[in-house]
Amino acid sequence: MTGVQDPLASMLSAESLIKNFGGIVATDSLSFDVAQGEIHAIIGPNGAGKTTLISQLSGTLMPDGGQIRFDGSDITRMTAPQRARRGLARSFQITSIFKDFSALDNVVLAIQAHRGHSFRFWRPVVDDLSLRDPARAVLEEVGLGARADVLAGNLAHGEQRQLEIAMAIASEPKMLLLDEPMAGMGPEESERMTAYLRSIKGRYTMLLVEHDMDAVFALADTITVLVYGRAIASGPPDTIRANAEVRAAYLGED
Amino acid sequence: MKVLLDIQALKTPRGIVATIVVLLCGLMPIIAPAIGESFYVDVFARTMIWAIAAVSLNLIMGYGGMISFGHAAFFGIGAYTIGILAFHGVTSAWVQWPVALILSALVGLVFGAISLRTKGVYFIMITLALAQMLYFLSVSAQRYGSDDGLTINDRSDFGIGFFNLDDDLTLYYLIFAVLLLCVYVSWRIVNSPFGMVVRGAKSNDNRMQALGYPTTRYKLTAFVIAGVMCGMAGVLDANLEEFVSPDALNWPRSGEMIFMVVLGGMGSLFGPVTGAVVFWLLQDFLANWRGFIGDHWAIIFGPFLILVVLFARGGIHGLVDRLFSRKGGAQ
Repeated sequence: MTGVQDPLASMLSAESLIKNFGGIVATDSLSFDVAQGEIHAIIGPNGAGKTTLISQLSGTLMPDGGQIRFDGSDITRMTAPQRARRGLARSFQITSIFKDFSALDNVVLAIQAHRGHSFRFWRPVVDDLSLRDPARAVLEEVGLGARADVLAGNLAHGEQRQLEIAMAIASEPKMLLLDEPMAGMGPEESERMTAYLRSIKGRYTMLLVEHDMDAVFALADTITVLVYGRAIASGPPDTIRANAEVRAAYLGED
Repeated sequence: MKVLLDIQALKTPRGIVATIVVLLCGLMPIIAPAIGESFYVDVFARTMIWAIAAVSLNLIMGYGGMISFGHAAFFGIGAYTIGILAFHGVTSAWVQWPVALILSALVGLVFGAISLRTKGVYFIMITLALAQMLYFLSVSAQRYGSDDGLTINDRSDFGIGFFNLDDDLTLYYLIFAVLLLCVYVSWRIVNSPFGMVVRGAKSNDNRMQALGYPTTRYKLTAFVIAGVMCGMAGVLDANLEEFVSPDALNWPRSGEMIFMVVLGGMGSLFGPVTGAVVFWLLQDFLANWRGFIGDHWAIIFGPFLILVVLFARGGIHGLVDRLFSRKGGAQ
């Protein structure tokens, strides 16, 4: 947790983050740093406050106290769209796509969001190859190239999860907040997703919230263990695996 | 993707329905006298005005998911602007029309900014409440006729010799042209980057925000555009009827607009036009029936609307698609 870090190397940092829901403390003076280019995993039992944390980082929930810094600036009070436009992209635990749009149009929307404002009323998006070509490339990259024209709502669950990631990376963000990207996937799909995330490692800084421990230990450079909104341990995977407190609180259950 | 001016698109079932409706509207001044029912010209002029209102409502309701129960407010603003300016002797269309449209935009901006803070049923109730405020304002305006309404002695004057709205046929084809223009503008908007954002916000607002879109701004803009379009319908209505009353902006009018949109097909470009035509023709047809049905036409009309809502999702255009499409629809 502590230790002096080069502030330039930090992409995202939370400092004494606090969030209460009524009497329940969901985030309890939580501090951590995500270094540039690393995959930082957040693990913890159900109810540890992982999704609450992601919501605060992405801007859908405002923290009650503390500070969030991203890429050199204080983003604590910024709205979700402002953070997204600064290059902080997120994916959702519960698939959050545009079901009545084609897979391609889902990605087009993600790219369009970063092309200045969209108060352009006349020219059809269908004709805009500067949006559609990169969108196709992104779908190709996540393995959905052949499914570009299928309605997103008609994609299989695993494909929807891939689309979810495609939308997050489409805008070439500086950092990805991944909220359980493997949620609801079979072992084979999970492995494929893990392989994909490893392939983009280094391209984006990532904060990964995930239940699949195989994936976490295979991918993460740093792991922070969250219990009742507090970080009980943080460090490289080997240290975490060896940590007695973590084993008792979490890993031991498995 | 809907492509209105594509010949292929016209061959689809809903394209054929749209073509028939357009031809019917465009040729009614010839058809009606030929079958000895000249009053249908008037019926169609009125229907097309309501179609414009329905097209505008569809823009926010069908594509933006904003169910406004106060859309008649804009219709009333357009109509009353013409009425009140004419009452004070200002009949130039070059003054009246811009004033009416700018007022519609301003009211749209205020109403939208207030109501878009809410969602779902609250949005419906707030738009209703705001529109009713204007209704009661019009009722209390004794100088402008309050309940009895305001008779308009002179139609808008463009000051162009051959283009005189006192000529019913000129007015008819102006309404027809404005309707086509509104459908065309909607088509451009819906498929533009702006339209994609509004549709995306309807589909999944949270995701749009996570992608970086401040969605409220876009929805508010759509709300204003729809308000201006509906204000235009009011402008035309004041000219056609040469009369405006508080009824124009009372809530049943907003409800009828919603019905026309749902009847024709929410979120289909031409659906609201078809919806308006069927809505008025059927009402007219039933009301003119001799005997029991004519006296109690609502007994037939009400259940018909309910059946369409229950069983024809996507309205008439959705139904036509399903009936005639060999592929059997989307799912």
